[in-house]
Amino acid sequence: MCGRLGRSHPDRVIEVNELTKRYGQTAAVQDLTFTVRPGHVTGFLGPNGAGKSTTLRLILGLNSPSGGTVTVGGRPFRSHPRGLRHVGALLDAGDVHGGRTAGAHLSALARSNRIPRARVGEVLDATGLAGVARRRIRGFSLGMRQRLGIAAALLGDPPVLLFDEPLNGLDPEGVKWVRGLFRGLAAEGRTVFVSSHLMSEMEHTADELIVIGRGRLLAAEPLARFAARGTGASVTVRTPDPAGLAAALTGAGAAVQPQGGDRLTVTGLTAMRISELAHRHQILLHELATQNPSLEDAFMELTASSSDYRAGGNR
Amino acid sequence: MTAVTTAPARTAAEPRARFRDLLGAEWLKFWSLRSAPWSLVISALVVLALNAGQAWDHWRYWHQDDMTPARFIANGMPLQDAFTTNAGIAMMIAAAAIGTLAVTGEYGTGLIRVTFTAVPARRPVLAAKTLVITAVMTVFGAAVSAVSFGLVQAILSARHADVTIGYPGALRIVAASALLAPLSALVGVAVGVIVRHSAAAVAASIVILQVIPLLIHASGHVSAVIAHALPFWAWNRLDFVPFDGRDAYPWTFAGAWTVFAVWAAVAAVLAVAAAGWRDV
Repeated sequence: MCGRLGRSHPDRVIEVNELTKRYGQTAAVQDLTFTVRPGHVTGFLGPNGAGKSTTLRLILGLNSPSGGTVTVGGRPFRSHPRGLRHVGALLDAGDVHGGRTAGAHLSALARSNRIPRARVGEVLDATGLAGVARRRIRGFSLGMRQRLGIAAALLGDPPVLLFDEPLNGLDPEGVKWVRGLFRGLAAEGRTVFVSSHLMSEMEHTADELIVIGRGRLLAAEPLARFAARGTGASVTVRTPDPAGLAAALTGAGAAVQPQGGDRLTVTGLTAMRISELAHRHQILLHELATQNPSLEDAFMELTASSSDYRAGGNR
Repeated sequence: MTAVTTAPARTAAEPRARFRDLLGAEWLKFWSLRSAPWSLVISALVVLALNAGQAWDHWRYWHQDDMTPARFIANGMPLQDAFTTNAGIAMMIAAAAIGTLAVTGEYGTGLIRVTFTAVPARRPVLAAKTLVITAVMTVFGAAVSAVSFGLVQAILSARHADVTIGYPGALRIVAASALLAPLSALVGVAVGVIVRHSAAAVAASIVILQVIPLLIHASGHVSAVIAHALPFWAWNRLDFVPFDGRDAYPWTFAGAWTVFAVWAAVAAVLAVAAAGWRDV
């Protein structure tokens, strides 16, 4: 119904320009520049601690930048006296007072923005919370709190929506619902900006990606193009002579990674070439399997060097 | 989904922002917590019990003290019982805690981020919150103080030792004790906005309102100047019925009222100003 709202809506563009936020010596976000456009679900990806939440808070004017600018629809968000009709946001489902009922929480928000009371019932219905509107939030599961946060974001029927890790704590049905919701909002011409640290969550949700690591921009492109970044197929091989095979394959120009035991991961050669080489060196193969690259691999590869918290401690 | 959204091009039709909507929202927020009415009721009962207990004590041991109604009234006892120092301390602590928690309940939980996303104009939000709490606590203080006066005089009337609200100083004591509630709550709100963490903010409020006056009496000229600038001693001045010439560092009622006014004003300004540009 809103196709005419199309892509060129300057009032819904999020523009982040050389944004920097420092806490003491550490830069949570550094020289970040990107644009989020309407009509798409844009995924905001990065490992834990990459600066996603900080960036979202800077967009909303909750934190002040150390440098750079950020605007929504061409003006700083903080210049609006009331915000719900401009940007809806779910930053953290825990940002509620547990002693209040879901209905009271939303009613107070609606009241502050002069949004009719009836709208509270609408968003409660839309998020499946109508039955628990009179219950105190303290007793809500994480999934219910996420729904409540989404309900609050929808209150003002805003053209721009921000969600920080909205899929956390949702059951599979909830995840499916949220994905449908986001796509629907984008199809109506809204700007939908969704953060996640899991590529797999974005795979079926976003069509544009902003990827950051350690506060810096790593990629900003359509999901399809990002997926093509994967290094190509790798091949898993099992052999009783992993050392011999590794030497033979490396000699032929492959990159070989021992996976422990009799298992090797090979990149740079096809399964057919590996089979030929093994045959020539008279090395027995127990298994030979091609692994297709996934979006996850492309993400891992890109962010590997910029992960702040990695198991293994080899930083 | 289509049921919940209408054409999203309606930002142009945004209604004008009104301060009274923020007042309405804060009013809803204050009363939607179960703790709000309970903390008010419990505080009121404690204050009333402390005052009534004192009056009851005087009623009970009347003959033991060889008291006469004329002497009791002449010594200003019916007014002293109307709002005892202990009740004043309880009132200040309770009101400060209620004011502090109304703010830190929002900062401490992270709800403040939701609030400031809905209303990016932070200072009006804090102004509305401060006004709502001040209004609630003024009504609360007035009710508790008035009921306390009536209750205490009713108990003393059994010894024919009661006075009416028209008695010299009676209205001043009732008014000063009533205003103790909004004044302490305002200090609590300001400390809450600055400190943000519930436990630390409540502790800081109590230190400012109770511990400091405990340490600083009017025992010399300098300490008298400081003590006379504190709300607790100002209330004592307004509440107390001095025997003439007893006070080595006398001060006027107007001076004590001024301390009330200045503390309330400074606390309100701090609460609103401190919300400004700090990250949340």
